[in-house]
Amino acid sequence: MTVRVQEQDFDVGKELSELTKGNHAIGGLAVFVGLVRDHVGIQGGGGSEISAMTLEHYPAMTDKMLAKIEAEARERWPLEASLVIHRHGRLEPGDRIVMVAAASSHRQAAFEACEFLMDWLKTKAPFWKLEETDKGALWVDARDSDDTAAARWSKRDPDAAE
Amino acid sequence: MKLLYFSWLKTKTGRAEEDVTPPQEVATVGELLSWLEGRGPEFADALADRAAIRVAVNQTYAKPGDPIGPNDEVALFPPVTGG
Repeated sequence: MTVRVQEQDFDVGKELSELTKGNHAIGGLAVFVGLVRDHVGIQGGGGSEISAMTLEHYPAMTDKMLAKIEAEARERWPLEASLVIHRHGRLEPGDRIVMVAAASSHRQAAFEACEFLMDWLKTKAPFWKLEETDKGALWVDARDSDDTAAARWSKRDPDAAE
Repeated sequence: MKLLYFSWLKTKTGRAEEDVTPPQEVATVGELLSWLEGRGPEFADALADRAAIRVAVNQTYAKPGDPIGPNDEVALFPPVTGG
């Protein structure tokens, strides 16, 4: 029910308490928090190091898309509450980038909706990462594995890429 | 028509946004991209790989055949990498 795009950090515990406060129909709460990694590529596979990244976004569309993704999740699962927070601006390794939470009477809907929210967010919400690496600043390429993950949920997906 | 560029499309074209008035026969997203390509080497370079370009019309994903009009906000960007 809540979507927020912001530059500042967030407090995961506080957000979760707020989200479920007063709603005793909730029996399960699933949460995902994404952090900035300090390396590109496969671990130990000779990737380059990341000193920081800057997240650019398209504000008018971000709000619209995140609201759409959340509405879709609520249509597919019986959710009591949901939350999406995404940061933009410059972030350093260890910083929180994104938080997604889904609450339902039972755990299965909460787990599934949480995964769905992240999978669709990663392939649809207009954010772009510019990584500062030891080889210079590089725009991150989209990953096929993210498309595959998002396609798991595809019964109908009007925004799927051509 | 307002155009917005993000990520490396902004870097390659050297602009974040601009107002353009394409000729009347430019009526779809695909035709707009072709017209933009002819505006100069930086556009030809930025738009060379069509598969790497996503387009949104009025903040909604659009396909090459979708119509565009003078009052639309059209955004060009690579596949998204948030999360």
